[in-house]
Amino acid sequence: MSEVVQGTSLWQDAWRRWRRHKVSVGSAVVLTIIVLFCAFGPQLVSLIWGWTYEQQNIALGPSAPSLSHPFGTDVLGRDLMVRTMHGGRVSLLVAFVATSVSLVVGVTYGAISGYVGGRVDSFMMRFVDVLMSTPYLLLVIVLMAVIPPNNVSFFGLDGSFVLMFGALGLVSWLVLARIVRGQVLSLKQKEFVEAAHAIGVKPRTILFRHIVPNTLGPVIVYSSLTIPSVMLSEAFLSFLGLGIREPQASWGTLVNDGSNAMVVYPWLLVFPGLTMALTLFCLNFLGDGLRDALDPNARKS
Amino acid sequence: MIGSVLRRLIGILPLVVLLALVTFAMLKLAPGGPFDAERSIPPEIARQLEAKFHLDEPFLTQFWAYLSGLADGSLPSMKRPGLTVGELIRTSFPVSLTLGLLAMAFALLTGVLAGIIGALRQNTIWDYGTMSLALIGISVPNFVLGPVLVLIFALGLGWFPPARWEGLSTMVLPAITLGAAYAAYIARLTRAGMLEVIRSDFVRTAHAKGLSERQVVMRHAMKGGLLPVVTFLGPAMARIITGTVVIEKIFQVPGLGYYFVQSALDRDYSMVLGVVTFYAAILMVMNLLVDIAYTYLDPRVELT
Repeated sequence: MSEVVQGTSLWQDAWRRWRRHKVSVGSAVVLTIIVLFCAFGPQLVSLIWGWTYEQQNIALGPSAPSLSHPFGTDVLGRDLMVRTMHGGRVSLLVAFVATSVSLVVGVTYGAISGYVGGRVDSFMMRFVDVLMSTPYLLLVIVLMAVIPPNNVSFFGLDGSFVLMFGALGLVSWLVLARIVRGQVLSLKQKEFVEAAHAIGVKPRTILFRHIVPNTLGPVIVYSSLTIPSVMLSEAFLSFLGLGIREPQASWGTLVNDGSNAMVVYPWLLVFPGLTMALTLFCLNFLGDGLRDALDPNARKS
Repeated sequence: MIGSVLRRLIGILPLVVLLALVTFAMLKLAPGGPFDAERSIPPEIARQLEAKFHLDEPFLTQFWAYLSGLADGSLPSMKRPGLTVGELIRTSFPVSLTLGLLAMAFALLTGVLAGIIGALRQNTIWDYGTMSLALIGISVPNFVLGPVLVLIFALGLGWFPPARWEGLSTMVLPAITLGAAYAAYIARLTRAGMLEVIRSDFVRTAHAKGLSERQVVMRHAMKGGLLPVVTFLGPAMARIITGTVVIEKIFQVPGLGYYFVQSALDRDYSMVLGVVTFYAAILMVMNLLVDIAYTYLDPRVELT
């Protein structure tokens, strides 16, 4: 009688650990709901009530939440729920694209630095150190303030988006580059890399086919924590009036409008603010759960 | 030790100049200039203005003129006649600094306390309570928290004034708003660091020789447990500095961050360049101080 021992792969293991992290799973569910709400909400609303995010109704003005406007309306009589959904689309889009930019730059940079090693490595890491000690957000503020967004356009997207993707993506790759470099440094000593060398695989293939996929765990974990921080930076810039511009909206601009009118029309602050805080809360919890599942060594408890 | 501090200090200078150069290039490359107003200016006046601010000279000459003007504080602001960049920084930076330090003090005090409570009472209601609070603190952006605090504590309960900057009572809400997220991070870091340390041998020894829990924590565990917090202080200072920009806008605080955004929008080249250079220098000195503090807390680490 032979018993087959079924091994569990790293990913199965992680999946099992993650499912045990109830709060993280709950956050994933809530996030999915929020994403669906933002993605399909505007069409539904326009089907049911006929509002769009830029449709004004000056005669109505700012009205409190009601059955036909569940989140109320803003000063120009625009339906706040559609605007919150639309703002969510923009905020989520910026967060995902900027994080992807930082992912590509950070992983490539860190992998090359760690793999090549020696002088090149210390020079590349010194550069990261220098960038880390600069007040980059001030530079982003300058950049966003001096470039008129109308001059840039990208696949029909408003220029302020493209600037946002680039600016936020290019400042958030630094930590990722360090993490990946550290991983690569230890991975390149492993036997499977030696084996690949021995059978004559090209260095570039070794790096990107064999080493980089093995850094995926920490990369996923860190990226899941980058998304909320990028989202926060976007909202920060939009709040200052330097990000997404009218009639487009993001959660940052909505909160800004809301905080200006909060005394008289508190719902203008409450709904976008709550939605955004809930999203950030879930993203952070999700990231925590992913870290516990994928990177058990980083867990401090 | 003194040698490496000096070496680091000298290393800061070229970095700051480089950063100023990048900023200046960015300002110059962007379309539009400081004197493109809605109202067109007669060409002679425009020429005079350009001459006054060296705008008609080659790029590097201009940059040099600005830089030397910054160094002795005589560089005039382009959009606020009669004011030099030096004066503006001198009057508004202390405000931002006070705000930043108060926020940091608040963050450290509440964060370290919450973190220690969480670690010592691990997996109890105290732990879960403080850590949930910390996650909320991280997730609520300060520009949401600020208005909400104003709504509750200033307009609702009337405990604090809603805005402006006149005396201690006006500083409470801005400092808490700015510090909340950092308090939350620090609480998490402290908890993690303390949990690691209280299991180590030297803490067990301290317990074994009969020290009270309080003494063990205060005298032995805290020194090692706070290391992650010290590492966090460098980047935190950077983010608090940029964070004041938003807080100053919400609470109408006349600090440097407020003027900075205004100047960037106005294309006040001299002001923008001045503030970026100034902040960069401060930040790098801060980072150095953090590194020095680190070598004291963990003797194994050497200053490079």
